[in-house]
This record gives sequence, structure tokens and C-alpha cells, in this order.
Amino acid sequence: MNTITISLKNLKRKKIRSALTIGGVAVAVAVLVSLLGFDKGYQKSLTDNIDKMGYQLLVTAKGCPYEAATMMLKGGGGLRYMEQKVYDNIRTDVRVDKISPQLVATAFDPDLQKGQGGYTLYMGINDDYLKLKPWAKFKSGKWFSGGDVNEVIIGFEAAEFETRSVGDEVFIPGIGQILKVVGIFERTGTQDDGMMFIPLASAQRIFSLPGKLTGIGVKLKDIHQITKFEEDLYSVPEIQIISMAQVRGTILNLVSSAKVLANAVAFIAIFIAAIGVMNTILMSVFERTQEIGISKAMGASRLDVFKFIWSETILICTLGGTIGCVLAIAGSGFVEFIIKKILPYAPTGKLVSIEPKLLISALIGAVILGMVSGIYPAWRASSMKPVQAIRSAE
Amino acid sequence: MSTVVIKTEKLTKLYKLSAEIVRAVDGVDLEIMAGEFVAIMGPSGSGKTTLLDMLGCLDAITSGKLEIMGQDVSQISESGLVNIRRGKIGFVFQDFSLLPTLTALENVQLAPFFARQKDSSATAKRLLEMVGLSERAKHLPRQLSGGEKQRVAIARALAVNPQFLIADEPTGHLDSKNSQAIFELLKELNSKQGLTVILATHDLGLGKQCKRIISLRDGKIQN
Repeated sequence: MNTITISLKNLKRKKIRSALTIGGVAVAVAVLVSLLGFDKGYQKSLTDNIDKMGYQLLVTAKGCPYEAATMMLKGGGGLRYMEQKVYDNIRTDVRVDKISPQLVATAFDPDLQKGQGGYTLYMGINDDYLKLKPWAKFKSGKWFSGGDVNEVIIGFEAAEFETRSVGDEVFIPGIGQILKVVGIFERTGTQDDGMMFIPLASAQRIFSLPGKLTGIGVKLKDIHQITKFEEDLYSVPEIQIISMAQVRGTILNLVSSAKVLANAVAFIAIFIAAIGVMNTILMSVFERTQEIGISKAMGASRLDVFKFIWSETILICTLGGTIGCVLAIAGSGFVEFIIKKILPYAPTGKLVSIEPKLLISALIGAVILGMVSGIYPAWRASSMKPVQAIRSAE
Repeated sequence: MSTVVIKTEKLTKLYKLSAEIVRAVDGVDLEIMAGEFVAIMGPSGSGKTTLLDMLGCLDAITSGKLEIMGQDVSQISESGLVNIRRGKIGFVFQDFSLLPTLTALENVQLAPFFARQKDSSATAKRLLEMVGLSERAKHLPRQLSGGEKQRVAIARALAVNPQFLIADEPTGHLDSKNSQAIFELLKELNSKQGLTVILATHDLGLGKQCKRIISLRDGKIQN
């Protein structure tokens, strides 16, 4: 016989009431864990995505920086064009370590999205692409056979989606060009997985954009030179420079207001759960007034009674916290699905990252919640005068 | 020479009921010796329960003096009273007052558990056997009859090896057969183990079987 067994037996007495209270705590903890997991996972995925672009700076044609940032993350560049000579100028800068020009173009395919039609993204690249992204490996096939050839390399997901393999022919609707699939990239976990890559010169020819680029990815030898390098490029007309740190900050700003609101909801849920626990236990204390009096007559001290009631609230919150953690883990896929639907931009990779440290903190938090919400009911119970408590039923 | 278990001098308990002061127990002088079997009798409202509550250290006294085993407990704090209840006093109530979520055995273990006694399980089993309920040890109170519940309550009261037992109308909720059986059990505890029993009852038939009767009326001793 011990305090915990006695408390557990008391909780079992009103099963539905206890289950509902535990459920309330579980939902509150699950919401909190999911949101904190999202906060961590989103930042990590975004940083991973940006790191995997391989460049620290993206030079694009002048336009809305938010549009450029979003377009760049979705396709590698804003669909505004600049002259290729900008690339020729920058590449000669001694501070540049690696540089990769890009031309993103779209082609409308009426067969996509179950006949509703959709755009396929093509990106013109040259040999510099592989230098900037050394982790890009071929799942099958190889690099283009020349600088201006009717060939295409497909990103992992695009190849899976369109069930393409090396040797197949790809038709660009509306333009009438046929491209031969020469390679398929392995999965990178970035937007590149959904892209069709063609040689830069071929892209300029096929899409009738001679000498045009949509973006230039730049990696410097020394990252500390980034500010000075940006300043130097401000003098070049018709272009703008976006640093990846800036993009990261911009996107995090975009989601931060939603995050504040969601966290507020989670904390309100926790607060309501705490009130619920307090109310349940207080009700149970009043119902058991006579039993508390009997226990005191049997020799229970104020501390004994306090411990009984307190351990009930701690048990409720610990159980609720544990179930909440399990719910958060089990439902992380669903939460991710919803978040991806709602957010203006969601990086690839796992958005909800629930680590053991977070789960332990949530459990400790739940125990503290139990401790705090149990103080008043436990104090009320322990303060009862034995004789009044015993005679309360009369 | 017998030890004095309980001694009171001008023991008084006043209640405030609206604007009126009620003298529930009014200047009671009393001495109960070890091994006595005392019946406290009187009509409803005569102050029996209030007197027992004070003798059992469950309720504070308004004035006068109360000594338990030679110790003056008149001015003692609540935590001090807990310690006296724990080691010296066993209680049996009219409505059995078993904790509904605990089995018969666990109910008996409750008082030793609060008294931090080890091996309470063996003591509890022995006491249940003594009251003839070893077969019912794992039953919950709702699975027991009234008589069985009161036997469990008596076993529970004995579990801390008390100096005296306070039984407040222990047969009040029982039929005559069970009433007599419970009374016989208390008598046996008194005669064979020398346990001091203080019993409040309405039942004159039971009262007459006790060694001593104290009659109360309007909070005062009559005889």
C-alpha cells in the first residue's frame, strides 16, 4: 500500500471524468509539442534547404524581393530576365569561389493535373551547377553530352512522378521540342528534385531567350566578404542581390506571426487544461469530504492528505502528458500535411521535428502543471477539520 | 492499580448556531480507567457524539481540561492531536466509514500506514481473521454486508494497537442480530484483551450489558 496506489484507485472511481480530464491535458500537451516541434523542424528544414542550394547569394533581375525569394526557393530564380553579361562580369571577380548561371522557363502542359493543365519548370544550367552542388549525384545516366543539345536531366521526384527513365523522350508541349532523357538525379530533398534540367544554351534557344538569365548563384571564397560584395554589386543596374541569410530571415518573419498566434492558442489550451484538472480534483475533494475526515481520524496528517490529493493531479497530468506526447508523435504527419497546406512557403524535409529533449521537457512541464494545479485542491482537503469532514454527510 | 486512560475536568464545548450559543457539552468531569467498558447513553442532541469527538481528539475543546494517558491535550495543536490519534485511539463509526475504493484488507491497513508502521499487511490479515473475515479480505466495502463492514471497521480500529476504542453508535445501522454480534465482539475485546471501550448508544439493552453507563442530557452527566 502506498500513496500512488491509493490515488490511482481514487482516479478509477470516476473513470469517465478522469479520462476526460486526462484527455484535456493530453490534447493541450499534444498541441504544444506539435507546435514547438514545428518551430524547430521548420527552421532546420529551411536552413537545410538553403544550405543545399549551394550558394550564399542569388543575383536576379530587379523585382519584388519577396516574389524573388519565393520564386527562387520554388524554382531557382524570379521569372524576370537579365543579360548574360552580368554573369560574365561577376565570374571574373577574384572573391568568387563558385558561380552558376540559371535560366528558369515554364511550359504549359495541358495534360497535367488530371487534364486541368499545369506548368512544368525547366532550368537551364551549365557545368558550373555540379561544382556548386557537389552532392548532386546521378541515380542513373550522366551529364549532358554537349553545351547545346536536346537533352534533359530530371530531378528524382519529377522522374518518379512522370515515370521517366534514361533513354525516354520528353516532349515540351506548346513549343514542340523533343528532349532525350540522359540522366536522373538522386533525391536531394530540395526543390531541385521536381525540376527538369537542360543545358543553358539549349534553354535559351528552345525558349527563345538568347543571352538571358533568370538568376546567378554565387558562393564566395570568404563568407565574411558578403556585405562588401553585395555593396559592390548595387552599382550594377537592373539586378538585385538576395543573400540566403536574408531569405531565411524573410521566410521566418512570414511564419513568425502565425507561430505567435499558434503558441498563444497552445498556452491557452494548457491553461484551460490546468483549470480543468483543478476543477475535477476540487470536485472530487468535496465529494470525498467524509472520507478525508475518516482518514484524518485514522491518523492521516495534513501532509498525508495533501500528498494524496496532490499525487492525483500529478498522476492525471503525467498520464495526460504521456498520451499527449504519443499523440504528437503519431499525429506529426497530419500536422505536417496541414501546415504545408496553410503556409505560403514550406521547405522540403520534415517540418515537425519532435526530439527526445522536447518530449522530456513536455513531460516535465506536464508534471509541473499537475503540481501547480493540485496545490489549491490539496490545500483545501488538508485544511479540513476532521470532525466537520466526518459529519459532513449528516 | 488501574491506569487512568481518560480524565476530564469541566470539559465544555460551545457552538455558535446563528445568534445562539449552544452548550453541546457542558462542564463534564469524567475518569475512565484502563480495561473499562463504558456506555455513554442519552437521547439525540444530548452531546454524546460531541463528547466522543473531544475524547477522541477529533475536535478542539472550548474550555476545561482533557488528559489522555496522563497527557494534557487541552491546548495541543492539530499536528499534536494527529500523533495522539495515531498511536492511542481507535475509532468505530455508526456508518462504518470504510474507504470505498480500498478492499477490506487495505482499509484495515490504512491506520498502520498513516502511523508509518511496517508489515501492516500481516497485522491486517491477523485482525481480519480475528473478526472472522479472512475470506473477505479482497472484497470492496460495497460487496460486504452491514455487519461485515462494521467488523472490518473494528479490525481497522485495532490495527494500531490503540489504548482505547471509541465506538459511536456502532450498531445504529445494523439489525438486532448483527447488533448483538458486533457488541459481543467489542465485549470480547474488552474482556479477553483488556481493551478500554467507550461506546455511545441509544440501545438501552446494549447499554445495560456494559460495566458502566454514563448518561448525558443537555451536555451534562446525569448520574
